[in-house]
This record gives sequence, structure tokens and C-alpha cells, in this order.
Amino acid sequence: MPPTLVIARLTVQETSRRRLILALIILTLIVVGFSAWGFRKITTVTNSSGSTLPPEQVALITSQLLIVVTFMYSGVLALSAAVVAGPLISSEVESGLLLSILARPVRRSEVVIGKWLGLGVLVAIYAAGSAFLEIAAVDWATGYVPPHPVQLVLYVGAEGLALLSLGLLLSTRLSGITGGVIALVAWLMGWIGGVVGDVGTGLQNQAVENVGVFSHLILPTDLLWRGAIYAMEPDAFLATLRAAGTVGRANPFAAVDPPPVPFLAWVVVWFGLMLALSIWSFRTREI
Amino acid sequence: MTDVIEQVAAAPQGAAAGSPAIQTVNLSKRFGRTSALAGLSMTVPRGEVFGFLGPNGAGKTTSVKLLLGLLKPTSGEAWLLGRPIGDLQTRRRIGYLPELFRYQGWLSAREVLALHCELAPLPRSSWKDEITSALDTVGLTDRAGDRVSTFSKGMQQRLGLAAALLGEPELVFLDEPTSALDPVGRHDVREIIRGLASRGTAVFLNSHLLSEVEQVCDRVAVVDHGRVIASGTMDELLSGTAVKVRVTGLDDAEKARLASFGNIDDEGDQLTFTNLKPDRVPELVAEIVGLGGNVFEVSPRHQTLEDRFLQLLEEEEK
Repeated sequence: MPPTLVIARLTVQETSRRRLILALIILTLIVVGFSAWGFRKITTVTNSSGSTLPPEQVALITSQLLIVVTFMYSGVLALSAAVVAGPLISSEVESGLLLSILARPVRRSEVVIGKWLGLGVLVAIYAAGSAFLEIAAVDWATGYVPPHPVQLVLYVGAEGLALLSLGLLLSTRLSGITGGVIALVAWLMGWIGGVVGDVGTGLQNQAVENVGVFSHLILPTDLLWRGAIYAMEPDAFLATLRAAGTVGRANPFAAVDPPPVPFLAWVVVWFGLMLALSIWSFRTREI
Repeated sequence: MTDVIEQVAAAPQGAAAGSPAIQTVNLSKRFGRTSALAGLSMTVPRGEVFGFLGPNGAGKTTSVKLLLGLLKPTSGEAWLLGRPIGDLQTRRRIGYLPELFRYQGWLSAREVLALHCELAPLPRSSWKDEITSALDTVGLTDRAGDRVSTFSKGMQQRLGLAAALLGEPELVFLDEPTSALDPVGRHDVREIIRGLASRGTAVFLNSHLLSEVEQVCDRVAVVDHGRVIASGTMDELLSGTAVKVRVTGLDDAEKARLASFGNIDDEGDQLTFTNLKPDRVPELVAEIVGLGGNVFEVSPRHQTLEDRFLQLLEEEEK
């Protein structure tokens, strides 16, 4: 097996043996169970006239609640990716664990790519698995299924991968705690940058709107999150948002349009850049 | 900044089996303003056990990391097994036990060794025998299936040694290989080193445990402040005699007058004259008595590596 895949397998093996995967599975099942119970309640609550909500209203409320629940999932994924990626290389350099591995015929680029690949597979599996469980639970509870479930998984997974890539880059130079904290702060700043951009859109102020654009270019997590939101919004809700004009666009939990194609192309380039920077940074580091 | 480590260099002339195990020419390393290694030039023949000695901070571990391509030299050149340092293919033929040894705590000892077999890379068909043999050599057979996180520090060092032995390497770097071991473990390591030498493996032993080096090394180099201050075979280095004198009644000024007999290691009532020829002992005793000293014991002995090491460092300080 090529060294890259050996390192990737080792990374997966480590998270598994350290019971991180088990902890995430248990927590996810608990959240899915609770949310299924909560969503079920939507179908049984009554309005002021004493009757249950009509199906279209159930679908609307469910879609909005699902966005909030998914925000929590994307947060868990981003936090986990940042916390796990932060010390991925730095802790092994500090402890000396990588010394004996790098004395083998293994390129440093293979170590970086292998670790990214290993953790990336876990992020993808978690994004797909948790989304499948949650959507299945919501479908069972309310009969509502978001319009674009595959895109939803792709966007949430890509957001986790983005945080993983940033954490890994920082991990090539900074200690695990520092790298993890910076990645988390960057994620939150990216989200706030997106909100500021929304405010600019609402006010029709180009300068303020540009803050959002730049923050999306530097760290695309927020716009990927917007893509996930778009994938969850029913057509009726989208029509309402569009009818509201710029005000409809000024909402961090709403998306009128999917991320533009040029931006998605930039995200691909961004991933390549982060990986290339990580490799360069680690190759030039003296250990 | 250029890449620190990896290059798949073309084999230079002399890359044949007859080339030295290690050769360095003016190898230097600076960290900012600090010179960690200043022009290291040495040759380690194949099949020899080479001791690399020096006080803490002398540049020993830096040298090992430079040779293994973990650090990039500031200047100078070096070759391992006839190929430039950093060459990936050469690493297939090298074993390394780092000073800072640490292995995946979530793996068993057998799994750690399998990982190193895979990265080495060794043919999968040979893994079982390699791992069994390495575990047996370092005395970890009974703990092969246990997780490394349950191992003591000494056992982890044994495991590191086992990893360094996999695949019958032509050159093994051992950086302070007995730092965590008890006397039995140290004895075992000396036996392992002798075993490596007997099968023609060159061993680069980085240590400040001089008695250990003295017992197993064919050749040593003493490094201080990043420079080699002495090197040679054991016989070349330890040619003198040390004379220990137990004496009272001498003050510091009177002791200083004895400096003409060589370097003095002054431990109060016990003076050790390093590198003093035996035929000058009567003259030394007469001088001490003449100065009013009371001599209780005079014991000439063959100079130890520790005597020589301290003497070299003292000379270096002057």
C-alpha cells in the first residue's frame, strides 16, 4: 500500500481506537432521536381554532427547524474537524512520533495528504451518515423531505473539509491548541463575515456587502453553509424570500440562490491551495 | 527556502557497496544565530560501531537529524551508504531509534512493527518473521499484543529499538538508546549492538554514557560546541594512563604547582592526573611530599573514556 494510504488508514484507525467515532455515533443517535420526537410534535400541535396544522404549514415549520438542526450538525462537524486537525501534525512532531516515520522512505507530502485523506473520509462519512439519519427521522415524523438532500450532504461535508484543511495547514506550524482555536475563530469570523455581508445586501451598501464576499473567498465555510440551507428550502419558502427582495436575502439562516458556479470553482481551487500550502509548510519545517 | 528533506538524487560516483556508511564534509547547521554544528567532517566505515560523544547541547542529535534528512544543513555535504543525505531510497536500508522515542499508543507492539515493515517497505511475506525476530531480540515477545500506551518508558524504548532493527538495515542510528533502560536493559542493548556489528551492520551510537560507548564502539568521535574535537579508534584515543592520588595537606596554590604533570581532576582529597605516563609517578609523589602533602594512596590505571573525555573538554575550554 502506498505510504499516503498507509497514513490515511492510520489516521482513521487512530480516531476509531480513541473512540471519537463511537462518541460521535452515540451523540448523533441521541440528537436524531430527540429531533424525531420534536418534529413529530409539529404534526400534533393545534392552532388557536383547535385543529392541527395544515400539511403546507407543517412542511414550512419543519424546513426551518431542519435548517437550525443542520446548523448544529455543521457546527459539530466544523468543531470536530478543527479540533482533530489542529494537532494532527504538530502533536506528532512535538511528541517525536513522526521522527521514526519520516526516517522511513516516506515523503512529507505523503504524510500531509494521507492525514487529510484519512480525516476527510471520516468527515464525508459523518456528513452523509448523520444527514441520512436526520432526514429519515424527519421524513418519518412529518413526511417532509428537503428538496435537495444530496447537495445538502455535499455542502455540509465540504464545510467540514474546509475546516479540516485549515486546521491541517495550521497544524504544520502551530501547536495543536493554537491551531484548533484559530480554526474555530476563523470559522465563526467567516460566519459573522457572511452575516455582515447580509446586512450590506439588506441595506444595499456595496462596501458592507463586499465584507461578506471577501470573507467567503478567504474561508468559504459560510457560503457552503448557505448552499446547504438552499438545499433544504422548499420552493414555496424560496418564492416568499424572492418576493421580499433584498430584505429576503439579509438572513443568515436563509439563501435565495445556490452558491454561484464560479464560487464553487474557487472552492475547489481553495482546497488545492490549502493542501499545497500545508505540504510546502511541512516540507520546509525542521523537526 | 528549499525543501528540507526529500530528494531522489542520482547515485554519485562511489555509491557502490564499498563506500563508507557515513561521510560528512564540513557539515554545518545554524538555528538563527546559534551554531548547532560547525563543520562536522567524519567518515564512518561500514560494519563498525561508531560512538558519537559529547556533552548535552554539543550537537549530537542535530547531527543525527541532519544525516537522516530531518533537518537541512546550513552548509556542507554528507552521504549515507554512498548516496546524498535526504535520498528516499537510502532510507530503506537504515534503522533509526530517535532520542525522543514515541510510538502510536493506540496500536499494539506488533502493529507498530507491522506499520514500520509497511513503510520500510519490506515484502509482506517477510513481516511475520521480521516482527517475531525483532520482538524476541528486544525481549518484548510476551507483550507483542499489548497496546503501546500500557508500556513503560523502557519498554517503549525497546520497541523503538525493535523497529530500528527491522529489515536487517545496513546502517542503524541509535540516539541515546539506553536512556530509559535499567542495567539489564543496557546490557541487552550492548549485546544487540554487538550482534549488529557481527553481521556487518554499521551502528552510529549517539550517547553520553561513556562506559557504554567504551564497551561496544570500535571508533569514536568527541564533539563539543558543534565541532569534532577528537576522533579515532579506542586504542588511539585511550593511549595514556590516569593516576589517582589520595592526598591531604595541599592548598589550591600547591595543587596548581602540580599542573606540570598534566590535567588534574580535583575532587578534594582525591586528585586524578589524566594522561600521565607511569614512569613519572615517582617524580609526582616526590613533588607532592616536597610540597608538604600527605600521600595515602597512589593508583595508576589505564585511562578510561571518561578520563579522556573530560580531558578533551577541559583542553577545549582553555
